[in-house]
Amino acid sequence: MAEQKPVWQEMGLTAGEYEQICELLGREPNYLETGLFAVLWSEHCSYKNSRPVLKRFPTEGKRVLQGPGENAGAVDIGDGQAVIFKVESHNHPSAIEPYEGAATGVGGVTRDIFTMGARPIASLNSLRFGSLDDDAVRHLLSGVIEGIGGYGNRLGVPTVGGDIFFHSSFKENPLVNAMSVGLVDHDRIVRGRATGPGNLVLLAGAKTGSDGVHGCTFASEELSEETEAPAVQRGDPFLEKLLMEACLEVMEKGYVVGIQDLGAAGLTSSSAEMAGRAGTGIEIDVSLVPIRDEGVTPYEIMLSESQERMLLVLEPQDEQAVKEIYSRWGVEATVIGKVTEDNIYRLRDGDEVIAEIPVKALTDSPVWYPEQREPEYYQEVRSWKPDHLPVPNDLNFVLSQLLASTNIASKEWVYTQFDHTALLNTVVGPGADAAVLRIKGSPKGIAMTTDGNSRYCYLDPRRGGAIAVAEAARNLSCVGAEPVGLTDGLNFGNPEKPEIFWQFCQAVEGISEACQALDIPVVSGNVSFYNESNGEAIFPTPVVGMIGFLPDAGRHATGAFRHPGDKIVLLGKFVPQLGASEYLALVHNLETGKVPDLDLEQEKRVQECCRNLIRNGSIKSAHDCAEGGLAVTMAECCISGKMGATIELPFEGREDNFLFGEVQSCIIITCTPRELADVLQTAADSGISSLVLGQTGGNHLIIRDTAGCVLIKQDVEEMEKIWRGSISKCF
Amino acid sequence: MRFGVVVFPGSDAADCYYIIDQVLGHSVSYVWYQERDLNGFDCVILPGGFSYGDYLRAGAVAAVAPVMDEVVKYAEQGGLVLGIGNGFQVLLEAGLLAGALRRNEIPRFRCHDVFLKVENNTLPFTNSYRRGEVISVPIAHGEGNYYIDHQELIKMEQQGQVVFRYCTEAGEIASEANPNGSVGNIAGICSKKGNVLGMMPHPERCAEEILGNTAGLHIFLSILNWLGINRQEGVTVHG
Repeated sequence: MAEQKPVWQEMGLTAGEYEQICELLGREPNYLETGLFAVLWSEHCSYKNSRPVLKRFPTEGKRVLQGPGENAGAVDIGDGQAVIFKVESHNHPSAIEPYEGAATGVGGVTRDIFTMGARPIASLNSLRFGSLDDDAVRHLLSGVIEGIGGYGNRLGVPTVGGDIFFHSSFKENPLVNAMSVGLVDHDRIVRGRATGPGNLVLLAGAKTGSDGVHGCTFASEELSEETEAPAVQRGDPFLEKLLMEACLEVMEKGYVVGIQDLGAAGLTSSSAEMAGRAGTGIEIDVSLVPIRDEGVTPYEIMLSESQERMLLVLEPQDEQAVKEIYSRWGVEATVIGKVTEDNIYRLRDGDEVIAEIPVKALTDSPVWYPEQREPEYYQEVRSWKPDHLPVPNDLNFVLSQLLASTNIASKEWVYTQFDHTALLNTVVGPGADAAVLRIKGSPKGIAMTTDGNSRYCYLDPRRGGAIAVAEAARNLSCVGAEPVGLTDGLNFGNPEKPEIFWQFCQAVEGISEACQALDIPVVSGNVSFYNESNGEAIFPTPVVGMIGFLPDAGRHATGAFRHPGDKIVLLGKFVPQLGASEYLALVHNLETGKVPDLDLEQEKRVQECCRNLIRNGSIKSAHDCAEGGLAVTMAECCISGKMGATIELPFEGREDNFLFGEVQSCIIITCTPRELADVLQTAADSGISSLVLGQTGGNHLIIRDTAGCVLIKQDVEEMEKIWRGSISKCF
Repeated sequence: MRFGVVVFPGSDAADCYYIIDQVLGHSVSYVWYQERDLNGFDCVILPGGFSYGDYLRAGAVAAVAPVMDEVVKYAEQGGLVLGIGNGFQVLLEAGLLAGALRRNEIPRFRCHDVFLKVENNTLPFTNSYRRGEVISVPIAHGEGNYYIDHQELIKMEQQGQVVFRYCTEAGEIASEANPNGSVGNIAGICSKKGNVLGMMPHPERCAEEILGNTAGLHIFLSILNWLGINRQEGVTVHG
């Protein structure tokens, strides 16, 4: 018979950690206490592997009102208003139960936003899946999309943007990162602190069941064939909507001292973190917690990840008023404990004390410094050169192939399943470089996007991380918005493997460098490790969610060509490379090479120039030159504008390189012929290159080389059919 | 003019409220689902959203909320009632309009702009459109597949109760323009007397210049126009 493992090991603690716990307590922990430590010291809750590395992020800036460490970050957008935002992953639950996993991911991150007192006004999502050729992947994607829509649509919060990328490394371990954005007045921001000994602790929302117990330790393991799926939490968006309205009303009326949602590790983490931040103690009587299922143990009550629950700290005299508000919204609210001054985390079951731990011992988890090692593939891919790569004869066919690639094709099939027009703020919806929302009652707007090229990050995590930031900022600049803050979703494999931890550290370094250079602070984020299945890690994927500001929401741009006869201008230095490109992967079946160069100083100037041109109204359209290269960028502008274009490319060398090679810091803009001189002058004054490529008009996209030879000629309607139909025809 | 926007748990009532209050500058109040008094309202709106989560049939639970008894009486007395999206579903469940809304033919939620043909412009809700006018309005629903049996459909058509149909940009009532499988491409219908309108598309979402489309504002302007004329003529709208 196999030897029974000790309880602490079953729960995921190491021998060293268990020893440390005994030392901190001066005794052995009981079963419940061991469980509390196991969840709070898990990577998912404690960031024990990542914390020291994340310190590298620049987190300060003139607009930052709240940086990392709270439920979500906050940036100032003037007039006493703030935008609150955060990205969060729900990868493993979505792999097991795509609908509920994705739905509760949306629910969880939305709670993080209204916890801060903000009204959620938009959601985005960043998704990574295996190839759509695979039945199982299509099933996963359908479920995830339905789950995001099923929850978000019911909440009445529009899903306005996001990104999706397909690659075989995500086949069994998809990534589902959800971002929520809210709006609040500065003086209404509420924090997750259990201050004021004697104050009451109130639990509002759903009854507690045994679902999701150990969800966070599940998130801190690799998936394998033996993975025993814990009960994935079920979401109830209707209850969340009522809970949201009730919480916002309670906060609006000034009754809330501190508030936090119950996410990973449920009641345990929310109560311990609130006491930890406030430097107080907290006492909870588990027998007072309303339970859903008979026979739920105190251990399960504390670790349950039942959804749609919030923990509030109130002054005793406000108890009745608060309960009345919840009752009117039909939401249960029960006092389950109080704030104490002894810095002890104490649980009772009626009169009996069942756990007693110094708060600090729970919240200050040990920090690990995992080993890192450069993976072998890294130098190899960097030394790849395209010299022996054949140039395809039929470049038109290549363009069609690229437009049909699921990574480039229209994502309409996905985003039309999301309500993106609710709340009447969506000025530019999904499908553009970034979404633009107006702020009611003012001319202002905010823009938002998510980005992160997983292939770039695999081939060069440092530059890939930097490019994720640069590209997100560029996408915001293409709609005319100035980037003001960033949230990150860092999705990696098992950090205990030195090569994976190296990828992680490199990516954080790259993100930090770009944030510093572009002056964009990181205000919130999420780390998701152990994204592996059967020992194979996903492509490392730092997702960047970014918010931009527009003084005038009406002064924005999109990528669509607007008028025939407009001049097409390329802003930025055009030095495309074949390495790491979608073209190389799709047509030559190679995922190798150097990731495109990134000059952050140039990047900053190109973006500033683009924003200025949009703000002063001199340009008609702007579109970032990204995956698929210049030819695909041109095709997208034609398709969305339902208009052709004729351009001439004065470049030397391989045609496939300047048509499909990828490049950073380049934007395609259009302007009227009359304004061309001004536009070029503005570019020159900004210290960036610009090049007039041709003009819009006709029904075809025509690309010639300098000799006048036609490289590409495609009917815009035909391109549109290919581009629009590619994903939907898989379902 | 005074508008009431009914709030069921789960409704998205703020959008219609905003248009009436901020865009049109008229008086508007929320009407909580437990209220029993609609006195003094010139028009009652049942907004979109997911009342009670729509976990049962969409609109079915809301249709038996206390306020609905009053909405039915209000409509019977000739009061103007507009149901949008989920509100349309509630009106059908409450028996104020004929037919039913089923799950979309392709059983997915759909959110995008559609073209609508205005089939009846003589109503309190449509008098500022031209007959046959093609307008672009967003939809956002998973259960918008309108059904009614053939004989009833013919009757409704004869009585001018088919108000909006999904169409192509050129105004053809074609199957490729039908987003959800609705019988006869029907997007909106009214009661026999014409004082109750239900529609799946969301006019309140396209009623401002900044959002790129003001086609939906004319629903609200039509109501104001109609109320204005009828008041001048001394016709009481209800009560």
